[in-house]
Amino acid sequence: MAKPTTIVIGAGVAGLSCALALAERGIAVEVVERGRALGEGACSWMAGGMLAPWCERATTEPEVATRGAPSIAWWAERFPETVRKGSLVVAQARDGGDLARFAARTERFEWRDADGIATLEPDLAGRFRRALFFPDEAHLDPRRALAALAERLQARSVTIRFGVELSPGDALADSVVDCRGLAARESLPDLRGVRGEMIVVRTADVSLQRPVRMLHPRIPLYIVPRGNGLFMIGATMIESERRGPVSVRSAVELLNAAYALHPAFGEAEIVELGADLRPAFPDNLPQVRQSGRVLHANGLFRHGFLLAPALAERTADAVQSMLQLETSHADLPQRRRA
Amino acid sequence: MFYGIELSSRLLLGTARYPSPAVLERAIKTSGAEVVTVSLRREGGAGRAGQSFWSFIQSLGLRVLPNTAGCHSVKEAVMTAHMARELFDTPWIKLEVIGDADTLQPDVFGLVEAARILSEEGFEVFPYTTEDLVVADRLVEAGCRVLMPWGAPIGSARGLNNVYGLKSLRAHFPDIPLVVDAGLGVPSHAAAAMELGYDAVLLNTAVAEAGDPVAMARAFALAVEAGRAAFLAQPLEPRDMAQPSTPVIGKAVLGGD
Repeated sequence: MAKPTTIVIGAGVAGLSCALALAERGIAVEVVERGRALGEGACSWMAGGMLAPWCERATTEPEVATRGAPSIAWWAERFPETVRKGSLVVAQARDGGDLARFAARTERFEWRDADGIATLEPDLAGRFRRALFFPDEAHLDPRRALAALAERLQARSVTIRFGVELSPGDALADSVVDCRGLAARESLPDLRGVRGEMIVVRTADVSLQRPVRMLHPRIPLYIVPRGNGLFMIGATMIESERRGPVSVRSAVELLNAAYALHPAFGEAEIVELGADLRPAFPDNLPQVRQSGRVLHANGLFRHGFLLAPALAERTADAVQSMLQLETSHADLPQRRRA
Repeated sequence: MFYGIELSSRLLLGTARYPSPAVLERAIKTSGAEVVTVSLRREGGAGRAGQSFWSFIQSLGLRVLPNTAGCHSVKEAVMTAHMARELFDTPWIKLEVIGDADTLQPDVFGLVEAARILSEEGFEVFPYTTEDLVVADRLVEAGCRVLMPWGAPIGSARGLNNVYGLKSLRAHFPDIPLVVDAGLGVPSHAAAAMELGYDAVLLNTAVAEAGDPVAMARAFALAVEAGRAAFLAQPLEPRDMAQPSTPVIGKAVLGGD
């Protein structure tokens, strides 16, 4: 590809999605990433990978659902391993009222009774009397999805330079897309980190087709099947910017949830404990902010994979109009609008 | 009202579990609350890891009542109070010493002990307690000049579980500011507490986890105002028999003498 007109800083889900959206529009783009390898230091590496716009409606602004819904098709088109089997929401008997409340605040679900649950997830037969099934939702393995985006970029001859720390002001390009997440806070003073913790376990004794959310009074708990007997259990949300290992309290809560979902998780192996900080603006919604030739695309909070496509397309729109202004007389080559 | 500080709003709000800080800010502004509680322990991590969120709370320009939520021992609670004083530069501390993990019921023995230690160190303690009269006495002896009995367990939305107990507490402590803290679910619960003559109510979940927290914050503010006005207007006591609201003299009396 020609000399890049646009440099994307950061190769997490925000940066790679933005770069791909730009490349797909024929804009010459390059990605630089501080980490030495894909996923290193990126909080999207720790993500759950649920594409659950309607479930998220229970606790978020309507915008998350409206902007998030198209992401399912976006990912399915670019990452064929995206699993479109819906998601399931259950509650322990004592939190039964929470299920009704969850239903009242969400949409596009079906109530399932015990038999209905067993049909969807045979391993959960007899464990819950009622559940909410969101048939249109999807999930993906975030790490494989990031790798797929990187491959697609390579296929379009987009370079990703790892191990390069670049601040937006020093980037030599017509436009710069800053997707550094929390590392961009010196330019975005209202950005904050919200700690999240997750655990990956392995067991051959339980099999799930789709993410299962378990309503919990404190933590939005979910268990996502990752294939090969792996399950990701997430995720705490703590208004703290402490990095560092998972706390005992959080681990206990997360593991308890898995155990309550199915006792066989009691025998599972703990493969990984992870913690990172989600970048968030005060309204917990992503934003694209322009300052000069720099666009800051940030604040994906707990909706990295769900909202990155919308953020990327919005960013690409902004880059396109910026470049058009600069070359107002000469038309851009290969310009294409989605 | 509280340790020499006069406030115009009788609604105190917690700051946890809102959909976002932006919604939290709008809810608080709408409610007119002048005091917000901030939990130190729950926000996690040692030192100043929660600084971003705390700075955000401080930027709202309200009086902060730091909270030892999640502490299960006297030592933990006292340590958290020290941290709070340093971070927020206030002698105020909402003292929670939890005795049971399921009901989040206060450990009243630990509470009295921690209240004594902190009061002696110059803290102005707002103890989260049960409606038990004798415990309340001990807390006052320990130096507390505000008492915060629960309505019901934290987050349970059950309202006033023991109206009789709350009433006798009010009668027993006419001069100590009393705040119903925890367990309120709907605005009528808050109004009921105010009608009993309580000085204020403190709540979090009922607003934060409502479908529309901002609208619910307003509803609670109105209820608190209504309940307080009703208390000042000297409400009727319940009677066993009907009492006609229009005079009956001159009308035919059925079943007369």
